Amino acid sequence: MDYPPRVRALLDRTKADAGDSVLVRAKGERYEGTLMPHHGFSGEDILTIKLPNGYNVGIELGDVESVEVTAKHTPASVERKLPPPTASKPTVAVLGTGGTIASYVDYRTGAVHPAVTAEELVFSVPELLDVCNVRARVIYSVYSENMKPEQWQRLAQEAGKELNGGAAGVVIPHGTDTLHFTSAALSFMLRDLTGPVVVVGAQRSSDRPSSDAALNLLAAARVGVANLGEVVAVMHGETSDTFAQIHRGTKVRKMHSSRRDAFRSLNATPLGRVDADGAVELSDRALPRSRGPTKVDDVLDTKVALVSFYPGQRPTELEGTLQGLHGVVIAGTGLGHVAHDLIPILRKATRDGVAVVMTTQTLQGRVGLRVYDTGRDLLKAGVLEGQDMTPETAYVKLMWVLGHTREPPEVARAMATNVAGEINPKIGLDEFAE
Amino acid sequence: MDYRALGLKVGLEIHQQLATHKLFCEDASTLVDAPGGLRFRRRLRPTQSELGEVDAAAIEEAKRRLTFVYETTPNVCLVEADEEPPHPPNPEALDIALEIALLLDAKPVSEVDFMRKIVIDGSNTSGFQRSALIALDGHLETNGKRIGVPTILLEEDAARKLGEAEGEVVYRLDRLGIPLVEIATTPDIKTPEEAREVALAFGSLLRATRKVLRGIGTIREDLNVSIEGGARIEIKGVQELRLIATFVEKEVERQRMLLEVAAELKRRAVRSVPAAVQDVSAVFRETQSKVVASALARGGVVLGWSLPGFAGLLKARLGPELAAHARVAGVAGIFHSDELPAYGITAPEVDAVRKALGAGPQGAFILVAEQRPKAQAAIEEMVPRAEAAIRGVPPETREPRPDGTSVYSRPLPGKARMYPETDVPPIRVTQERLERIREHLPERPDITVSRLVREYAIHEQQARQLVQEGTDELFELIAREFGEPRLVGTVLLYNFGELRRESLDVDGIQIDRLRELFSLLKAGRFAKEAVPELLREMARRGTRATEIVDAVLDESKDAIEARGETAEKGLMGKVMERVRGRADGKLVSEVLHERLAARLRRRKKEKKGKR
Repeated sequence: MDYPPRVRALLDRTKADAGDSVLVRAKGERYEGTLMPHHGFSGEDILTIKLPNGYNVGIELGDVESVEVTAKHTPASVERKLPPPTASKPTVAVLGTGGTIASYVDYRTGAVHPAVTAEELVFSVPELLDVCNVRARVIYSVYSENMKPEQWQRLAQEAGKELNGGAAGVVIPHGTDTLHFTSAALSFMLRDLTGPVVVVGAQRSSDRPSSDAALNLLAAARVGVANLGEVVAVMHGETSDTFAQIHRGTKVRKMHSSRRDAFRSLNATPLGRVDADGAVELSDRALPRSRGPTKVDDVLDTKVALVSFYPGQRPTELEGTLQGLHGVVIAGTGLGHVAHDLIPILRKATRDGVAVVMTTQTLQGRVGLRVYDTGRDLLKAGVLEGQDMTPETAYVKLMWVLGHTREPPEVARAMATNVAGEINPKIGLDEFAE
Repeated sequence: MDYRALGLKVGLEIHQQLATHKLFCEDASTLVDAPGGLRFRRRLRPTQSELGEVDAAAIEEAKRRLTFVYETTPNVCLVEADEEPPHPPNPEALDIALEIALLLDAKPVSEVDFMRKIVIDGSNTSGFQRSALIALDGHLETNGKRIGVPTILLEEDAARKLGEAEGEVVYRLDRLGIPLVEIATTPDIKTPEEAREVALAFGSLLRATRKVLRGIGTIREDLNVSIEGGARIEIKGVQELRLIATFVEKEVERQRMLLEVAAELKRRAVRSVPAAVQDVSAVFRETQSKVVASALARGGVVLGWSLPGFAGLLKARLGPELAAHARVAGVAGIFHSDELPAYGITAPEVDAVRKALGAGPQGAFILVAEQRPKAQAAIEEMVPRAEAAIRGVPPETREPRPDGTSVYSRPLPGKARMYPETDVPPIRVTQERLERIREHLPERPDITVSRLVREYAIHEQQARQLVQEGTDELFELIAREFGEPRLVGTVLLYNFGELRRESLDVDGIQIDRLRELFSLLKAGRFAKEAVPELLREMARRGTRATEIVDAVLDESKDAIEARGETAEKGLMGKVMERVRGRADGKLVSEVLHERLAARLRRRKKEKKGKR
């Protein structure tokens, strides 16, 4: 964070920079310590010093009598190299994208940075090297809310390249907010996988002793060498540090803003689990590795929106949203409903060739448009049932489908076809995530 | 003992819980005696700084590879479970901390920055304690001496440790997050008695705010003790203020002993400690020692470690120090040559070990009977401690014991333990806020003492004691209402003290009952000589025993349902465990019998009603 102008001016005058050892005199007191960078929520007239006891204190500029640099900061750089691969271990490709799992704190200044080199990522959990050889690259360094469909495509290409280039599996550390969009997108874009593609995140950053990053990343590496040919998400199974769950990429969703066990499989049980001791259990439903090669089918039509219905939604608003779109996924209420006055808008859209797919805000359970009049009217208006897909998975799938065809009957057939485990034709009684 | 000649220096860190809700969430700041909450298990990892530095204390904890079990209570939410970011800091807690800072004439900072202090012994679910420096450079005048207060911190209290077994530590989360003010003094205290007096003076000042929690455990002191030639030792978390002088005395003795040991080792020209270890299991194949035999039976080994030149210096001296280090590696006990033969280990076995290790006449040795990796780790843990003995006193953190002694717990934490808590924004301390607090500062204890003497005509000694014990408010309340201040003072100080020593729960007597007592006395319903006996009866019948009995009965519904009257014996055990000598056993048993019978009758009725 840049210094605010008044602080900057003082520091320029005294030739002091963040990290320098300084002596500040203010209101007759002497403050000796390290000059800290500016915190975004700090006052515009506050100078922050780290005292020798480790504490930061804020000093008001108005009280400052003098600032003296006692020693310039010399940045220390430590370079660490990954060890050469050993033939006895499989190689897992780690593709960094940013997010909490890959961030670390600058202990001098307290700023949290994304890990910019693959080595930083791997050395945050050195036990990874006990499981496999690691071939690590950083593809992006973004918070996951800033991810765009182009970035899913690039990731699919890189993952495909790694699998076809001899990697036993691919691990993708990812921000958790939109992790389930990425896992769904990769699930549709990667076909005939010769190994697992594992998207993994952390809810507590890896600079904290209580971070869930180590358990999750290690579990992901173990899944990465397992006999699995699917895109999956691997995250904490419960609040305890006891096991991680393996979720199918199209069925997983973040269901809590902050808990470690935020990720749940919806309308499906998880594909398996990884115990803290490293044992990987996979369900019979999990697809084994294919003979390959892995195909990358990454065409997407991004003119798709995801709209959540709410009582009182104005028809004009929905109409505005639909402008220029090729498809829309609606998260309706209950079995998949919207207010009656919105149906004419949807009817017009389908007549104009826009694909409209209905999903449910309840996230769990299947859409059923044959039960109530509203549902039947929606069907008559040309709305497609999203079955038991989450709104997010349906949104990604619709982009992928429209990337291949815009013919309404073809689109309808593709949306109803199970491509990557996104549709569960029979939801069991135990498949309800509390 | 001439402590000044020894160059004794003592500094205090006083930790006081504040009477407001938790620092980073809305949970109540109370300790809950209700076991059976949800439990979850976590591990903590030391984090590396970008320079690859890991704190020494953190490494030590990580070596133990412990699993932490956390028990939740009704006053625990996702914040304490490290499952939700902290809420903005409790503004009332900051106000109280600033009030204390102003009472100590300290200079508040312009902006408060919360830091993360890395602590990975499991006492904080996050692996760090949130702590902020509130004010600098204060002082307190006591007994005509000025004690410096370089820093005043506001921080969150840690979780309560319930127990430790087989690689697991159990904590209860009720205490985690209670706001604490930490006051650090300069090491200007020169005698053990002065340490106690200074602690009492700070206690009185804190209580004067009427905004701090009271009772055992609500104020805890870290004692930093050193003598000339010794080292800074931190005795952490002393709760019994009356034992402060004893802790200091015993630590001085310990440091003197270690200096003598170092001098003796120098005389014997011991310059190093070999780390070589030998498997001497063969010596013990037929052993009578139960400990050794059972270790061998479980597939363990007996490792011998030779300490040339240490003979005679282990018993009651270095032995306990080394054993404490072995405990860090999870080894409960060691044998050393100064105490052998004993514990079923025979003289021929000792001779055989000596021979195997090649120990000379001044040679000592240590035996560890355990699984090989654990035994090896214990010796690796002890080697540096034995080497430190050559130099004298190693600086370290020690845990207080109830008898006034202390035991090694970990190295002194290093400096690389702090970084900013990025989830909590900095807080500006405005002049308006400070003004508002300054206008409502409470009366200082010394002024209260002279006022009590003046207004109530009691002795200064009595007034001082009332303030020190924190009963001055109660005293004024009663004395103002019913007169007879000297009698009230005597009752609160002398009679209460006597009954407390009888383990009666006088502090549990409700204020209204006390007022009733004095109002009846004033009305002439009984003579004042009857007051102590009446108090005793009130304490015996105090509501707390009943409350505890009811709580236990509530928790044990299943047992009562299943076993009816026969459940009483088991329940009595549970109740007494919780009463912990605060009430008379016979009375508790009567109450329990009565309450249980009432419940069983009620249940019968309900069942009939249902039919």
